[in-house]
Amino acid sequence: MTEAAVSAESGVDQRKKDLVIIRDLRKNYAALEVLRGINLTVRQGEAVVLVGPSGSGKSTCLRCINRLEDPASGQIFLGDTEVTSRHIDLNRLRQRIGMVFQGINLYPHLTALENVTLALRKVVGLSRHAANEKGKHFLSIVGLADRFDFYPSQLSGGQQQRVGIARALALEPEVMLFDEPTSSLDPELVGEVLNVMKRMRESGMTMVVVTHEMQFAGEMADRVVFMEQGAILQEGRAEEVFGASAHPRIRDFLQRVKTGGY
Amino acid sequence: MHALLRHFFYFSSVLPHWRAILDGFLLTVEMSVLTILVGIPLGLVLAVIRLLGVKAVNLLVMIYVDVFRAVPQLVIIVIFYFALPYGGISMGPATATVAALSLVLAALAEEIFWASIGAVPKGQWDAGRSTGLGFLSTLRYIILPQAIRMSVPPLTNRAIGISKSTTLGSVVAAPELLNITGSLQSNTANPSFLTVGALLFILLFLPLVRWSRWLEGQMQQRKV
Repeated sequence: MTEAAVSAESGVDQRKKDLVIIRDLRKNYAALEVLRGINLTVRQGEAVVLVGPSGSGKSTCLRCINRLEDPASGQIFLGDTEVTSRHIDLNRLRQRIGMVFQGINLYPHLTALENVTLALRKVVGLSRHAANEKGKHFLSIVGLADRFDFYPSQLSGGQQQRVGIARALALEPEVMLFDEPTSSLDPELVGEVLNVMKRMRESGMTMVVVTHEMQFAGEMADRVVFMEQGAILQEGRAEEVFGASAHPRIRDFLQRVKTGGY
Repeated sequence: MHALLRHFFYFSSVLPHWRAILDGFLLTVEMSVLTILVGIPLGLVLAVIRLLGVKAVNLLVMIYVDVFRAVPQLVIIVIFYFALPYGGISMGPATATVAALSLVLAALAEEIFWASIGAVPKGQWDAGRSTGLGFLSTLRYIILPQAIRMSVPPLTNRAIGISKSTTLGSVVAAPELLNITGSLQSNTANPSFLTVGALLFILLFLPLVRWSRWLEGQMQQRKV
């Protein structure tokens, strides 16, 4: 039985080490407090899903992990590396953290393969040939081997986002961050992206996911973290956070999501 | 009608002067090409410098851009040719014209590049930086290719406009095409020289105009 399978069955495997550690993370835009003391630990191989209303700080929290946002105070660690250290080499750190965006953000002037290989060549330093081999491998993992020479504008939204996932995966990161990866997609294209994410989860990838897909969160999350107004309101297994023991405000939120009033 | 043809299309009278006209034409081509080759890269460099966000430097760039956009090109040419020698910088008429126009084009190009860089979605920076590309690599491989593509149509228009301004060099006696054909017209009282001049300008700029239109079409096709 693989390690990933162990953690899938028993929820959280205590033997796995802590990979992402967030301590008292705070962030404000002028007077507006976006993050008010977040404490969160993600274990290796764990899938943590952040949910909550818009403006609750989920995305900001995620973007602090690879320092696309700079926190006002607090600490973040990736393994033994302090992400929030002033002396950190950000470009090296970011190779260890993959990110998938709500806006997808493929490079429109490059083909699918070039999107995946750009960092392999210019950051990792692979030759064009080696980068192409690797790029094609990761495009085939997301089911797009036959589309490698297509430009983003020639791909559907779901295909584009799968290229976005391949681009992040190709650097073989230790953790993958997903910032509402399906929010900008037409409903019928959401499934193909979620399927790729489920497969990644089964292969043991450590994932932190911000999403509004509650059913998906329930299915694949080892742990669900509910955020509200820059703080964690409740965290635990999906059954706990979404179930009978949920905080009243979470039940309220779930109700609004269901009825489309959200 | 007959009079019009005789005055403006009396080409047999122009032919003996073909050598002088050709020289003027070649100088115009040379001045235009040099102005573009200096002005556009300089504009790009200024836009990138402005992107680095050093306040004092940005202020200088913006003063330069505003001044060279505000002052008429003719005045700048005259200052370069007649005033700069007092500061120890002496240039021939053609060089002074090219120097003045290059700096004007650089100012205009800087604005175009700056706007285009700003029009590239912020998510493109996020994506590049998140894969470990540094600021300059992200700029070079992701942002600028898109920004430059957006810049090409307005830039071509500006470049054509500025190249036509090489005719202003005639005020400082640069022997370019309009100067030559204009003088011949005065000396011989024959406006056909100006017709030939105009035809040569069309010959020079029409391909450029067509090329810029083609580029615009290409861009829309690829939806960059």
